[in-house]
Amino acid sequence: MNLFGHMITMPELFGQLLIGLINGSFYALLSLGLAVIFGMLDIVNFAHGAFYMMGAFAAYFLLQYAGLSYWWALILSPLIVGAIGAVSERLFLKRLAGFDPLYGLLLTFGLALIIQGLFQNYYGASGMPYSIPKQLTGAYNLGFMFLPVYRGWVILASAAVCFATWLIIEKTKLGAYLRAATENPTMVHGFGVALAAFAGVLAAPITQVRPGMGADIIAVVFAVVVIGGMGSILGSIITGFVLGVVEGLTKVFYPEASNTVVFVIMAIVLLIRPTGLFGRAA
Amino acid sequence: MDVDASIAPADMTSQDRRVGAIAFAVMVALIAIAPFFAYPFFVMQAMCFALFACAFNLLIGYANLLSLGHAMFFGLAAYVCAHAAKVWGLEPVSAIALGVAVAAALGFVTGALAIRSAGIYFAMITVAFSQMVYFFCVEAPFTHGEDGIQAVPQGKALGFIDLSNPWILYVFVSVVFLFGFLVVQRAVNSPFGEILKAIRENEPRALSLGYRVLQYKLAAFVLSAVIAGLAGATKALVGQNASLTDVSFSTSGEVVLMTLVGGMGTFYGPVVGALIVVSMQNYLAQYGEWVTVIQGVVFVACVLAFRRGIVGELAAWAKISL
Repeated sequence: MNLFGHMITMPELFGQLLIGLINGSFYALLSLGLAVIFGMLDIVNFAHGAFYMMGAFAAYFLLQYAGLSYWWALILSPLIVGAIGAVSERLFLKRLAGFDPLYGLLLTFGLALIIQGLFQNYYGASGMPYSIPKQLTGAYNLGFMFLPVYRGWVILASAAVCFATWLIIEKTKLGAYLRAATENPTMVHGFGVALAAFAGVLAAPITQVRPGMGADIIAVVFAVVVIGGMGSILGSIITGFVLGVVEGLTKVFYPEASNTVVFVIMAIVLLIRPTGLFGRAA
Repeated sequence: MDVDASIAPADMTSQDRRVGAIAFAVMVALIAIAPFFAYPFFVMQAMCFALFACAFNLLIGYANLLSLGHAMFFGLAAYVCAHAAKVWGLEPVSAIALGVAVAAALGFVTGALAIRSAGIYFAMITVAFSQMVYFFCVEAPFTHGEDGIQAVPQGKALGFIDLSNPWILYVFVSVVFLFGFLVVQRAVNSPFGEILKAIRENEPRALSLGYRVLQYKLAAFVLSAVIAGLAGATKALVGQNASLTDVSFSTSGEVVLMTLVGGMGTFYGPVVGALIVVSMQNYLAQYGEWVTVIQGVVFVACVLAFRRGIVGELAAWAKISL
């Protein structure tokens, strides 16, 4: 295929599409966590990226110091980091109830600085490798491309968790209870944070475990949330995956813009629909 | 435009004016004697950041708009000023003016898009836009990526004021700072500022009274971008460089911290806060990443227990307006 003067091979196209879907998996999980917290508590968690990073680090610690495998980490890391998120809600955010929500944002901003600073202090800026679990090594030959098993797993796992979350919140009694009463903000906050930590574990074998991994992704996730519309569960999932793919395709066709394309889309959406694609008017 | 008496707060009292005049005189006196006690380069840098914080405070303090991406104006103006002075050989005042003009244009475009949202949403949009500007600065050839623009000539302002003389540079930076400070103060105390405060207190009411709320917010946003740009461009001449740090997210966070520590919605709070945060960075630089941790702790402490900031507490205690 010849576009804009340079040849694009099929493997290159599918390769970037795959990377886009992987990034989209992380965007979807992270923006979903933000949407859950915002939709029920009216709080934007700026430390969300830091919790994502902690999820990856928790997996690393579990393996390093407790010898617990990836599969244990996939369950334990969201539980541990989610508990930390719940405690931080109890300790800090609860005290800001009744104040302008901007204070909550500022507070979580401070928390993000503390967490990131601490990890950078002990682990520097470089990444620690985390190997792919042996059950998920290798690749499938799809005929038109090779699909590494782990990458396929990340997309499936993310889609499954996103779908289950949507199902629970929108379609079950438990979800209705959570939505209606918001009686347990601590649990809701913990759950949103756990989604970020889950994304962190999935990301660990792909991006390495780095203190800066949360700060790198949070601005894009914010843009995804703005594009999708705040508080919309399904909106944040769809927007996350779609924008990951768009970003991947941009890398193929116009690599210079791949870092900024999500923000340009955000600007266009704001121009046309200030409440976001799936958002309801305030 | 006349301010409707029903929404305008009480006029400044004569006591407020007197306190204001004394506070300003004290600040000018401190700036005049500071270089005899502290490293002048440090004071000049502090003044640039103080002006940056004043710009930020105009939005959060008087229009309740939290911008978490203000480094985009500060940093981009620094780059443009540095490039104009070094590559195009522009005279420093014109180089600064060019930096400010670019910041104004960026402020207009991003402001027009962001201003229709409020609160947390607005804050997230500013984060996203500033990240976009950051990536632009990483990729654009004229910024020289990780190296930044180094060895920016200070030159002769207006052709005859030699800014490479440290004392003349000090006076020049002081004048820029005091000018910017007064512009912000004047804007807040003008009918324009009163309407901003009215919008902050009760937006639907201001709207129903016929004020074009969005235009006022946009004007405040652009003015804030202009002052932030002025601070960034001046800093590029003081430090003779422009780098990715100036446009980075951590700089956006620092300006929030400065304003929060000093006191949001006070004239002198951002100045005091900037002095504290810049000193903290200087003296704690040897501890590396601990600076970030300490900044985070100060952030959390201020939000939980000290929301008025130093100057805000002081003013409340003395029952004056600062």
